Amino acid sequence: MELKANVPSGPIAQKWSKHRFDMKLVNPANKRKYSVIVVGSGLAGGAAAASMAELGYNVKCFCYQDSPRRAHSIAAQGGINASKNYQNDGDSVWRLFYDTVKGGDYRSREANVHRLAELSVNIIDQCVAQGVPFAREYGGTLANRSFGGALVSRTFYARGQTGQQLLLGAYQALMRQVGAGQVKMLSRHEMLEPILIDGRARGIVARDMVTGKLETHLADAVVLATGGYGNVFYLATYAKGCNGTAIWRAYKKGAAFANPCYTQIHPTCIPVHGEYQSKLTLMSESLRNDGRIWVPKKAGDNRPPHQIPEDERDYYLERKYPTYGNLAPRDISSRAAKQVCDEGRGVGPGGLGVYLDFADSIQRLGAAKIGEKYGNLFEMYERITDEDPYKVPMRIFPASHYTMGGLWVDYNLMSTIPGLLVGGEANFSDHGANRLGASALMQGLADGYFILPYTVGNYLASTKLDKVDESHPEARAAVAAVEERMRRLLSMKGQRTVTSFHRELGKIMWEHCGMGRNKAGLEQALQKIPALREEFWRNLNVPGSASDLNQSLEMAGRVADFLDLGELMCLDALEREESCGGHFREEYQTAEGEAVRDDERFCHVAAWEYAGEGKTPIRNVEPLVFEDVHLQTRSYK
Amino acid sequence: MSGNGKSMNLTLHVWRQKNASDKGRFVTYQAKSVSPDMSFLEMLDVVNEELTQKGEEPIAFDHDCREGICGTCSLVVNGKAHGPRTRTTACQLHMRTFRQGDTLVIEPWRAKAFPVIKDLIVDRTALDLIIQAGGFVSVSTGSASDGNAILVPKDDAELAMDAAACIGCGACVAACPNASAMLFTGAKVSQMALLPQGQPERYLRVRRMVAAMDDAGFGNCTNHGECEAACPKGIKLDVIARMNRDYLKASLMGVEESKGGGGAG
Repeated sequence: MELKANVPSGPIAQKWSKHRFDMKLVNPANKRKYSVIVVGSGLAGGAAAASMAELGYNVKCFCYQDSPRRAHSIAAQGGINASKNYQNDGDSVWRLFYDTVKGGDYRSREANVHRLAELSVNIIDQCVAQGVPFAREYGGTLANRSFGGALVSRTFYARGQTGQQLLLGAYQALMRQVGAGQVKMLSRHEMLEPILIDGRARGIVARDMVTGKLETHLADAVVLATGGYGNVFYLATYAKGCNGTAIWRAYKKGAAFANPCYTQIHPTCIPVHGEYQSKLTLMSESLRNDGRIWVPKKAGDNRPPHQIPEDERDYYLERKYPTYGNLAPRDISSRAAKQVCDEGRGVGPGGLGVYLDFADSIQRLGAAKIGEKYGNLFEMYERITDEDPYKVPMRIFPASHYTMGGLWVDYNLMSTIPGLLVGGEANFSDHGANRLGASALMQGLADGYFILPYTVGNYLASTKLDKVDESHPEARAAVAAVEERMRRLLSMKGQRTVTSFHRELGKIMWEHCGMGRNKAGLEQALQKIPALREEFWRNLNVPGSASDLNQSLEMAGRVADFLDLGELMCLDALEREESCGGHFREEYQTAEGEAVRDDERFCHVAAWEYAGEGKTPIRNVEPLVFEDVHLQTRSYK
Repeated sequence: MSGNGKSMNLTLHVWRQKNASDKGRFVTYQAKSVSPDMSFLEMLDVVNEELTQKGEEPIAFDHDCREGICGTCSLVVNGKAHGPRTRTTACQLHMRTFRQGDTLVIEPWRAKAFPVIKDLIVDRTALDLIIQAGGFVSVSTGSASDGNAILVPKDDAELAMDAAACIGCGACVAACPNASAMLFTGAKVSQMALLPQGQPERYLRVRRMVAAMDDAGFGNCTNHGECEAACPKGIKLDVIARMNRDYLKASLMGVEESKGGGGAG
């Protein structure tokens, strides 16, 4: 497989402008002759569907939820970065570019990241114009706060509901186009297979989740914006429905899967509290603007937090990383939390937690001011834990939150299947091996509003596409494959529920492919997962039928794909013999426990190619070249 | 996490309905060894696991984020939309709210505009139709000016954000004796009316959205205030008053569809 990144020539700051000129355009009058399918209605999908419809393309947009407004982008709390430099504190496109490349531990494609930093400013403008109620200063200008991995204040926010407000902006733009008849919205529809004709993506097979009917939808191009696969860990901050099926089905049809082992374990989530637990809840990174993270200095110190005197507390992030302190990047903060818990200094049940303490800030600013900034988060914490964070420190622990890996895409966001473009978290994206806070919203919207509308047009204008219909053998074969898979899932009538398999897979992944990974553990996981999969396909019990709303069947299909995807993650983690960003191989660390990268051997993207059932996939490599931000050891000390 | 509660046994009367045309009925289940730290939906998960083990179809209910922001969950518990705790979605409701031996009646949203799809799942497409009618600013991608070119007084931004916090769950409709969607619609109308960006289409928007609301089969507002009490995000009745003022003004001004100038196009 050839991985052509298609990065434009010329100086980095001019690449995107040059490319926009070089790309082919579709005559405005001809745009209505083209149709585009967008799968997913979050920030990337919703924004892309709306923007392409505004241009005049016929768009069909699919989501598994009952409304596009519910996509999980809605749960993003803290904010969105933009290099506006409104604070006059030294920000610039270049600095955001630099911070993001460094934050990603030098494992992203420079040209993509620079484009992202350039577009960040347009995103804020667009969202303001849509009526997104961003936080304001008294003079009426936009307010900012700080996020991890940066020394400037460049994060725009709407209380603790930034993702919700940005998503609703995109949703409203999408609804405007649905109302205008330019987008056909298909909610409660799940994509189960892509349709390739003559090697190009020409459609999808989707299941109407209410009637169970399988539908064939054809188009001139297909955009996947279906989010990440972090639910492979079972317990995660993702919505319960988030899944990897669309990208996994595309992988099996020839789309390369890049860096599957790059997963983000977010440092500040509410700890696990029981076997029955179904998900974990994030407490925004923005809380680290005012909250201080600590554990007792002494192992096994069980006193309640207020009884532990100041000099017996270890504010370990401030101690280890004095420059960035509590705003050290996520991978580093998570690892540090794991370290202190491994030393027996964790707090709360099972010792799997650290304190996030607002006492100092409340004393300095008053409870009212803190409430204005984080009120909804404090309320959410109280609902779940029955503890009041205004009075006692929050207890937090890392949890699966985001996946930097995803389908490999070139500079145009095109996968290795022509006509199949991928946006947002679903692609392997611009975050390298670690994503900085407040940059997922930025990337999703950059892809959706400002990149895909151009690159889809370029593809359509430069490709001759034959007319196809539902009777095409490839379309029929795709439907038949989905039918057969569902028949198998329903016919076993075994002893175990889907959830029990998912939970077991999650435990394997968390133990062996979570915050710390090593060769022996990964090799074990690569034994355990196939064994679990074998049992899954023999002993699963899915009640009900395929011709009805059947939530167990929906889940079974997703878990079946997670069982495959989890295995690829472990394989990728095993092959990458270095530590970088969220991928921490315990064999490769300094005496102080910091990650040790191996730029000689691994300064590349690993893009996995499906080789057929039961065969080991092929590891292809896209070398990464750093011309503008020079490779160096990442330091936040 | 409070760690003070012992596990409890509960009796559930759950609405089961095979599909839209089925009549539906209550079925009784026992939920045993429920931990007070479970969320309400996790309690249902456990019941469903048992049903599945027995080869029965689990109870279908809508849920997704399970952190109170996506607006998917939609259960009426003991006659209250989202259950007994104020400003709390069903997914954020925890079992510590209940006591050993309690009987819980669990139903779907009940409203003409929200037909039942299966068991506790309803169709809320009608809410999307209201937004399609005008719940947006007609600004296409690329045509925005610099973010700080539009100044918004802090107090206005805060009030707009209060209204924008709506999660579109439909609890207001479920709680209203008339199944009115005035709180939902008023929230979006208010958010836009409070911001400078919303001014050009302000009066046309309110006319269109109210018309769409009526068309979708929602009832009228007769000032019961149940919507405000049920809203998990604390949206205030003020948004309805603001919408009514704007609607009246739009009527007096004679704002016509034809003056829209292609707002939706």
